[in-house]
Amino acid sequence: MKEVRNLFIPIIRMSLIILLLCGLLYPLVSTGIANVLMPEKAEGSLINNKKGEIIGSKLIGQNFTSPIFFHGRISSIGDNAASSGSTNYAPSNPNMIKRVKQSILDLKKQNPSIQVNKIPIDLITNSGSGLDPDISLQAALIQVNRISNETGIDKIVLEKLVKKHIEGRQLGIFGEEHVNVLKINLDLFKLMNK
Amino acid sequence: MNTKQRNNRFSKKGHPNKSMLKHAFKESFLKLDPRNMIKNPIIFLVEIGFFITFILAIFPDAFGNSNVEYWFNIDVSCILLLTVLFANFAEAIAEGRGKAQADSLKKSKIETMANLIKGLGQIDIVPSTKLKKGDVVLVSQGEIIPGDGEVIEGLASIDESAITGESAPVIKEAGGDFNSVTGGTRVVSDQIKVRISNNPGESFIDQMISLVEGAKRQKTPNEIALNTVLISLTLIFLLVVVTLPFFTNYLGFQLEIPVLISLLVCLIPTTIGGLLSAIGIAGMDRVTQFNVLAMSGKAVEAAGDINTIILDKTGTITYGNRMASSFTPLMEMPKEEFLNWVSLSSLKDETPEGRSVLQLIGQLGGTIDEKDLENAKIFEFKAETRMSGVDLQSGRKIRKGAVDAVKEWVLEQNGTIPANLDSETMVISKEGGTPLALAVDHQIIGLIYLKDTVKPGMKERFEQLRQMGIKTVMCTGDNPLTAATIAREAGVDEFIAECKPEDKIRVIRYEQGQGKLVAMTGDGTNDAPALAQADVGLAMNSGTSSAKEAANMVDLDSNPTKLIEVVAIGKQLLMTRGSLTTFSIANDVAKYFAIIPAMFMEAIPKIKILNLMHLYSPISAILSALIFNAIIIPLLIPLAMKGVTYKPLNSNSLLKRNLLIYGLGGVIVPFIGIKVIDLIVSLFI
Amino acid sequence: MIYTILTIIIALFIIVIVAKPFGHYLAIVFDYETVSFKKTIYPVERIIYRLSGIKQNTQTWKQYALAFILTNGFMMILIYLIFRLQDILPFNPNNLKALEPTLAYHTAVSFITNTNQQHYSGENNLSYFSQMAGVIFAMFAAPASALSISFAFMRGLSGKAFGNFFVDFVRAITRVLLPIAFIMGFVFVFLGAPETLGPSVIAHTIEGAKQEIARGPIGAFLSIKELGNNGGGFFGANSAHPFENPNGISNFIQIILMFLLPTSLPFTYGKIIGKKKQGKTLFIAMLMMFLIILGITLVSEYQGNPDINSLLSQNTHGSMEGKEVRIGIGQSAFYSVVTSATETGAVNNMHDTLTPIGGMMVLCNLLLNTVFGGVGAGFINIMMYAIIAVFLSGLMVGRTPEFLGKKIEGKEMKLIAVTLLMQPFLILVFSAIALWFPMGYHSISNEGYHGISQIIYEYTSAAANNGSGFEGLKDQTPFWNITTSIVMYLGRYFSLITMLAVAGSLSTKKLVPESSGTFQTDTAIFGMILLGTIFIVGALTFFPTLVLGPVAEYLTL
Repeated sequence: MKEVRNLFIPIIRMSLIILLLCGLLYPLVSTGIANVLMPEKAEGSLINNKKGEIIGSKLIGQNFTSPIFFHGRISSIGDNAASSGSTNYAPSNPNMIKRVKQSILDLKKQNPSIQVNKIPIDLITNSGSGLDPDISLQAALIQVNRISNETGIDKIVLEKLVKKHIEGRQLGIFGEEHVNVLKINLDLFKLMNK
Repeated sequence: MNTKQRNNRFSKKGHPNKSMLKHAFKESFLKLDPRNMIKNPIIFLVEIGFFITFILAIFPDAFGNSNVEYWFNIDVSCILLLTVLFANFAEAIAEGRGKAQADSLKKSKIETMANLIKGLGQIDIVPSTKLKKGDVVLVSQGEIIPGDGEVIEGLASIDESAITGESAPVIKEAGGDFNSVTGGTRVVSDQIKVRISNNPGESFIDQMISLVEGAKRQKTPNEIALNTVLISLTLIFLLVVVTLPFFTNYLGFQLEIPVLISLLVCLIPTTIGGLLSAIGIAGMDRVTQFNVLAMSGKAVEAAGDINTIILDKTGTITYGNRMASSFTPLMEMPKEEFLNWVSLSSLKDETPEGRSVLQLIGQLGGTIDEKDLENAKIFEFKAETRMSGVDLQSGRKIRKGAVDAVKEWVLEQNGTIPANLDSETMVISKEGGTPLALAVDHQIIGLIYLKDTVKPGMKERFEQLRQMGIKTVMCTGDNPLTAATIAREAGVDEFIAECKPEDKIRVIRYEQGQGKLVAMTGDGTNDAPALAQADVGLAMNSGTSSAKEAANMVDLDSNPTKLIEVVAIGKQLLMTRGSLTTFSIANDVAKYFAIIPAMFMEAIPKIKILNLMHLYSPISAILSALIFNAIIIPLLIPLAMKGVTYKPLNSNSLLKRNLLIYGLGGVIVPFIGIKVIDLIVSLFI
Repeated sequence: MIYTILTIIIALFIIVIVAKPFGHYLAIVFDYETVSFKKTIYPVERIIYRLSGIKQNTQTWKQYALAFILTNGFMMILIYLIFRLQDILPFNPNNLKALEPTLAYHTAVSFITNTNQQHYSGENNLSYFSQMAGVIFAMFAAPASALSISFAFMRGLSGKAFGNFFVDFVRAITRVLLPIAFIMGFVFVFLGAPETLGPSVIAHTIEGAKQEIARGPIGAFLSIKELGNNGGGFFGANSAHPFENPNGISNFIQIILMFLLPTSLPFTYGKIIGKKKQGKTLFIAMLMMFLIILGITLVSEYQGNPDINSLLSQNTHGSMEGKEVRIGIGQSAFYSVVTSATETGAVNNMHDTLTPIGGMMVLCNLLLNTVFGGVGAGFINIMMYAIIAVFLSGLMVGRTPEFLGKKIEGKEMKLIAVTLLMQPFLILVFSAIALWFPMGYHSISNEGYHGISQIIYEYTSAAANNGSGFEGLKDQTPFWNITTSIVMYLGRYFSLITMLAVAGSLSTKKLVPESSGTFQTDTAIFGMILLGTIFIVGALTFFPTLVLGPVAEYLTL
């Protein structure tokens, strides 16, 4: 038992020291340095409007519902960035099939011109985080007709806008091509307000 | 000499005969006693499965509602019973073979009357079974020696054919290395006094009997380790099967108890579980059949692990009886005179060397005249002097022996040493020969070239041993040069020249210090410490009883080269165990694919796709897997008895070979076997 | 798809290039004889030793194991207290309440055992103080402990002294984890991960809605989460959350970080025992398992869900449910296979939503726990299989099995047998319990065959100290908190201690010199036997369960 007692001193002291070093010093120093070097990113890549109000984060998806905007992916949490997650529907879950059917119906209702076999899969599936800020190029393009009808902006202008907002793979390899919904809608908003 | 050609006392009884089969058949039922079965947990589990399905066969709803047809329960319980019986049979037949050997050993243990010498020359006639350790008995011509012991007085030739199968009698005498006698052997001539060395029931033969009978068989460390793994696997599969109903229950369907038991029995390693003890017993038997008696299974396994073998040169690697092959005169002297001296030196020399000298003289055309030896004083060869010789009536002294001994003797006589002695000695030594110097009075007149011949085939065997990773060390009393030549000729890895018994222990300790396991053979009393020190000590039956006691194996044929075969048997024993374990575990793949689809097909029809073998129906699939699982045991009994084929290859090629046969084979064979059985079973459903 | 394959090739290329030198680096910095870093890190360590009262004496394996257990136990208490008291501790800008006792206990066990199973959602339940002093601290302590144990294990096998747990622990942090995590933290911030102690912000969207955006010191959190094979997310969505995985390149770097330690340890081992080829053999064997599992997962994920494919009357989409657009199907699947192989447990897509076969492959990684495995623990686990493989093949060449020149006998096999038994016991028995009691099966969110997968996955993840989950399972209940805590605890400490005992037993044995009769453990054939052993002894055990779960789900889809 003396052996055990001899162990206690280093156990207690070392645990507390490592807690200070790794649990507090490390994140606090990192935060300090990051805020000096990359303040914009460290704060969460937030976007402010002219008034200085925060209108969102480049990285966080928003729940656009108005037909005049590009719509993002399905989010089981309504793009509430105070929390995150998905419904975690298994491939065999009947609720998911029900939801997908509903999404297809909704998409057809909102965008009467689209064909079912052209619907991109990202528009009818739940994202992992519930906060996916992006959609695929195809998902953006099939919404052009609707937005053109709703806003009166020429389809060609809108298609150009979409092309402009294609964010490619990093270093040409990593990730997938996508369109950031918030960013394109901000540009679209500017176009509308011209 | 080829050991296989020798009259082997056991070989005829090695193969199972009708009465042995009958006995094993009976035994396999007697072994069903759960108190006995629990020693083998894997098969015991099968027996429990049998009891449960047996109850279900009578009361189908004993453990809740059941929808299986009654005959399915009966079928399953029958197959399970068969599985247990097969496993018991495997063990029984191995034990039976051991018993047969024990019986023939017992025959040599005929109860005889012994002439017990009491104190003052009084002789009591008592039965041999009453003899205690330390008793002294008198055995005369034609009588049977009543027990193991040492000759303390007299010399006799003894017929040991009851033990060794060798018909030529051997000489035993008091003192020296040839004083041990074995009970059951017969005195052919003369009379000896023997001090009994064991209490009743503890004799050498008694020990062997109980060992080969399997009564005292203890599990070897390796067997224990393997058993641990097998039991752990069994428990894992028990967990799998016991928890399975919880999963299906959640999905809304029930699994039938006989089906679950079938799955369990198929998955647990019954094949190796049923054969494991048979493999162990059979391994011991193979050693015994070889006329080598091992004191424990552990010793046999240790033989498989040997890294270094220490062999005596003489009698093991070479024929030992060195033959004179030429003479080298060192003095100017007529040839006839020289040959005459040579013949005088050897006429009374009864050693094989001496005889060969006379033979060579004959070949060279010399004459042999015994006249000069009248009233001569004969000095026999002695280890201390390393010389033999005669002092003639004329006063001339002749000495013959090891060069340095003779040299010393000559110098003592104030004689002279020829200038070319050393160089000529060197020439002979370099060629692997042994030089004997011949001195007359104070002069060395010449050298006798004794040649030692390596037994045919030894070189190849040492090469095999090298491939197996075993180092051979040759011990010889020869000088370093001679030893080096023989070592080169025989192809041993190392040699110890001018070797004394202490040197052997030193070498053994040195090798063991490096973590190596060492085997050696020996027969003399002075070999006993080394035999005890070695991991595997093989004593010659002709050796002293102290040597035999120190060793953990005794070769009844007294053939030291057998050590090599014992190593092979040890390896074969482990290989058989490993290969059959691999085979048994690999079988699970096919059994899974037979039973799992069958179990779930009814509730989840699409699982049919996993029925890779296209078995006829769920029931036929389960029965086929079970039947395969049962009959593979008797089918493998011959292999378990014989051991897997052992070839002296290096480890990687051995592994590749065994992996291909027993690993890959273990995966493929049951697929075919189960399919074939299913085709037959489907005819009856 | 071509980009995914390219990503995989680049990742594996980097790993093959880096693993060996990094493995050797580990061997050097943990060696007691060479003194590196005289100028930079050495003084820092000396201060820690002095302040902690660490005597740098050599411990026996029992003392080492005791120090390991007690240190982890004390740290667990510290973390538990932090979670319980977070409402009165600083750095709580969002005013979060304390965790309830079973959840706090579960979370403490979860992090100190390197599991990082989360029955809470970080942004809703943990204050920044808890995330830092509780979670980040544990994320250093747990891998440092496992790394130390694996070094003690390797030293024991090679016949050296076991070393000192405290010294190894400090070295693991100062020489390996902290420097790399510190640098990589900034890389993640550069790529977009926030690093702030500011509270959640409210955004006023252009549609006029309000959006609350949770933030935190994520960059520093992220680097140690991946490097230490921890995997616990700052956010509930883990690395699927855009803040925790902003883009394809951050995804790629996370994969490399998860791989770094587990792929290097075989080479460290090879160097320490003085047989480099042996380390390489282990690495290749694990890589082969990895590639097979990865291949099947990719095919399955790209095939997608047949039900959805038929609704869209096309079948070229793959399974996008639960995945993020910026990362895509292939690189999500790659990440899933890496996170399960390395027992990290971070997820960039929801594993519950993987296709049945994809999910089964990820589950297989957890069940095998030998495809690289978590830092230290995975390596020790594959060594267990290696010893079993050596035992069987040793017998097959007719010798008492030897491993690294030490005879494997009854004692070692007994220890290995109970270790081998522990994993199926934890997974199957606890799953059966959960499927029997309503408290258990009522948490299932996807009924039917997938329900079985959810429960098996939860306990397997706990037993293998992975921490990812089929997150649909509603596991934030006392039943799940307590049962998974037990599984995590036994899954962690039992096998590490028994295997250390094996090393302890082997270290006292005499070294048997090698000969051509010795079975070689650095050959391709041994690699194959090892794979066969893992497959038959490890994987086949779970065949019936997998058939009832993912296979049945796949077949009935």
